Amino acid sequence: MKLKKLIFIALAAVMVVGAAGCGSQQKADGDKSSSAAVSGSITGSGSSALLPLVKDAADKFKIDNQGVSISLNAGGSGTGLKQIADGSVDMGNSDVPAETKLSKDQVAKLVDHKVCVMTVATIVNPDIGQVVKSLTNQQLQDIFTAKITNWKEVGGPNEAIILVTRPQTSGTRALFKEYAINGAEESSNKSLETDNSGLLVQSVAQNKGAIGYVALPYLINDKTVSTIAINGVAPSLENTYNGTYAVWGYEHIYTNKEPKAAVKAFLDFVLSDTYGQRIEELGYGVSSKMQTKEVH
Amino acid sequence: MNPIEIAVKNAHRDERAARLLITICGIGAALVPFFIGGFLLLKGSDTFLIFGHSLGEFLLSGQWAPSDTAVGGGHVGAAMFLSGSLVTCGLALLISLPLSISTAIFMTEIASPRTRRLIQPAVELFTGIPSVVYGWIGLTVLIPFLRHFFIMPYGFSLLAAGCVLAVMIFPTITTMSADAMAAVPKTWREASYGLGATRWETISRIVIPAARGGIFTGVILGLARALGEALAVAMVIGQMKVFPTSLFLPASTLTTAIASDMGGAMEGGEYSAALWTMALLLFLLSFLFIFVIHRINRASQLKGRA
Repeated sequence: MKLKKLIFIALAAVMVVGAAGCGSQQKADGDKSSSAAVSGSITGSGSSALLPLVKDAADKFKIDNQGVSISLNAGGSGTGLKQIADGSVDMGNSDVPAETKLSKDQVAKLVDHKVCVMTVATIVNPDIGQVVKSLTNQQLQDIFTAKITNWKEVGGPNEAIILVTRPQTSGTRALFKEYAINGAEESSNKSLETDNSGLLVQSVAQNKGAIGYVALPYLINDKTVSTIAINGVAPSLENTYNGTYAVWGYEHIYTNKEPKAAVKAFLDFVLSDTYGQRIEELGYGVSSKMQTKEVH
Repeated sequence: MNPIEIAVKNAHRDERAARLLITICGIGAALVPFFIGGFLLLKGSDTFLIFGHSLGEFLLSGQWAPSDTAVGGGHVGAAMFLSGSLVTCGLALLISLPLSISTAIFMTEIASPRTRRLIQPAVELFTGIPSVVYGWIGLTVLIPFLRHFFIMPYGFSLLAAGCVLAVMIFPTITTMSADAMAAVPKTWREASYGLGATRWETISRIVIPAARGGIFTGVILGLARALGEALAVAMVIGQMKVFPTSLFLPASTLTTAIASDMGGAMEGGEYSAALWTMALLLFLLSFLFIFVIHRINRASQLKGRA
């Protein structure tokens, strides 16, 4: 009898799952015919740095477009680009331009939407931040390639420098490498790596003499670390907009050439002026405010 | 048909249905590791077949700079991660083994039944603690502690990883050893005492040798767990891409290297192929562990019969 019950439960489970599947399909069909706002489903994957923003935008977008379902995954810029290239998602989010990871043919099929600007700031432990306010590109390069290993060599206290960095595949690291340390390769055999920007901030805050880099959104409301200016220019959104601060990059959402109506409406919403304010609140920069014509 | 016949028929039908269901579940579950192994082989072989690296380079070279593109042309030497993994596991075992064996001896040979009833659940409770909790405690308690007592630049170190892993494998080794010791027949102990042996002589000459198979199994299961642990290790080892040269310096392991780069690496590129190969290596190592356990068990069974 017990076995009979087991089989029954298994069958029941199958039926419930099946019914649920049917139900949701019917609901989606119903929505399509009745609502005036856009509807349908949007899938996206990619950059974990961009995910908080896209998630926030998705929540706000759904308020006015209740028929839309948006499912988002992190997984990294590489995954996002790969998945939009082979068509398994509607939006591929990336910190880096598609050209760096995909072939020319694949890139030609995609459209790049520069949804916002991510500024990368150099951060140090507060005990260093009180003394060292600014570093030159050359000094930063020497620090991150471990040519300079003590803070006293750049006008700081006599303390060993502790490098805290991101993994080689990180988009933040790619930006920092190209625009802060003149393209030099960080000495990965001398640095502590953290696979998460939040943990990186914590590490820098806890280790005396630590230096690292992180995107501005992680520094909103954070008082545990100090930022360092590069060549006297502080890492801020204003300085990014007017082109004086160089360590920034566009955050990209890639779609195919003819995205679905829902995807198009969502991107229009993200790029709108009303949502632009929210973007700045979250610590990202608004693409349309960029005065420089450079493409990072 | 009389009621008895109907009942018999129903019983047979139930029997057949249940048999079918259980057979499907059993075979399906047993096949899963083979599917995973096959998948890893498929993904992991890209490093050698598509990107043309040699097995020797992968296992022995310390030059780790795979290119994150489908073109390839980087270096995939994973020796520092492999050695990092082996050293942390060895260190964890070194710390954990004496403690585990002592606890097992105490539980089976010395403690009164009431004390034993208290200790056993406490040891088993260890296994249920999630690794992120171990890692977090390691990060907030162990690292500042180590930094305070030893001269070390970061606190993040092989030693910290070894300590965290030692705590994590302690319950596995302890329970397996205690079970094996408890299974040693009481008559053997009595015979030993009858020959005038002391308690310590009985434990060291009779009980431990007789329970050797179970203790080894526990050690290997513990090692397998230590080898596969990523999260807790990643939080305390510092993830510096260097060979493990000092207990007081950071290093990396196979698992931490995979975990930190799998998100950013492009699927299908050389970087992710190299990471898949590392995953394959981990799979093969645990396969080897299980194989060794079977050999030990068979050997001890044969001995028992003779």
